[in-house]
Amino acid sequence: MARYDSLIDALGDTPLVGLPHLSPRWDGEHPVRLWAKLEDRNPTGSIKDRAALAMIRDAEADGRLTPGCTILEPTSGNTGISLAMVAKLRGYGIVCVMPENTSVERRQLLEMFGARIISSPAAGGSNQAVATAKQLAEQYPDWVMLYQYGNAANAQAHYEGTGPEVLRDLPSITHFVAGLGTTGTLMGVGRYLREKVPDVQIVAAEPRYGELVYGLRNIDEGFVPELYDDSVLTRRFSVTSYDALRRTRDLIEHEGIFAGISTGAILHAALSIAERIPEDETADVAFVVCDGGWKYLSTGAYTGTLQQAAERLEGQLWA
Amino acid sequence: MAIEVKIPTILRTYTGGEKSVEAKGDTLAALIDDLDGNHPGIKGRLITDEGALHRFVNVYVNDEDVRFTGSLETPLKDGDAVTVLPAVAGG
Repeated sequence: MARYDSLIDALGDTPLVGLPHLSPRWDGEHPVRLWAKLEDRNPTGSIKDRAALAMIRDAEADGRLTPGCTILEPTSGNTGISLAMVAKLRGYGIVCVMPENTSVERRQLLEMFGARIISSPAAGGSNQAVATAKQLAEQYPDWVMLYQYGNAANAQAHYEGTGPEVLRDLPSITHFVAGLGTTGTLMGVGRYLREKVPDVQIVAAEPRYGELVYGLRNIDEGFVPELYDDSVLTRRFSVTSYDALRRTRDLIEHEGIFAGISTGAILHAALSIAERIPEDETADVAFVVCDGGWKYLSTGAYTGTLQQAAERLEGQLWA
Repeated sequence: MAIEVKIPTILRTYTGGEKSVEAKGDTLAALIDDLDGNHPGIKGRLITDEGALHRFVNVYVNDEDVRFTGSLETPLKDGDAVTVLPAVAGG
């Protein structure tokens, strides 16, 4: 059944598709296969729809969000877009604090959904957006900050949704690979799979940005999301813009999948593992396609040489 | 055995502004000791008084987070690349 009462009800149950060309061994006695979970097939086109809807439902259930409320959230884009769509349909106002070095498409989408954007300085990246949002929360105590980095409903959405979907579609799963931002996807899916699949490996890919993004004044200004529990993970990779772009283009070239740049980073980590699996072992590696490439066209990620594209991304928050 | 260590902007006060320096050691702990010999004070920014990696410092050997490969006991070999980065938010 693919009929829904509203757009929000169409969230989740996204396709899991094989990568017959990029997988190290698709066929044979000991296949090592890659599977892409197409989270761009969510209502606003990203995996963040899951966390956004779960956080809003949770806040409605416990009475923090009531009609006419204003939501406040630090976001580099996708979470804000997801929250803004749900807020629009449910009659909430929304204020997003976003670093100024994010793509123009994300800003336009947020504005289209009725969000008010407060820009935080590029230097300091998302850390600064989080700090600014916390200050605003003190100034405007009637605004409701859902706070994706520490909201248990974020990880729970993946524990109850993404995780069970992946296991249903790939009972032979050996590895799950996703991006590490708020850590909600990896914590939620990771905990679910660890309960159900002995020896499953949970692998994180995090973006390595240009230097500007790490422009803290002090190490103590660093940020680790409250949701993060490193005991859920098996391995964690830092992926450069160049490698992320290279894999993003590989996905288009070999599999026809037009994904955003963070998906390239995740595929890079997935391939790093898959390519080292011994000849006599079998593996089924599921990874997350976080969003489509549409929101990143203006960054020049898909044109020119890889080196040129990587240079254009310098200083941009691309995940 | 020379290993390239990439230093984040915030710690370059210890390396005379250099983005990348060389250090020696067959484990990460040994490498950081060697680094501190040439760039005094940097160890105190990477490692806590209790001897663990600072919560807001991430260290990668060949792009993999050392907290999952043995932490300070992570073995190193010639040609490895070590990257130090502060922890930042995503999302």
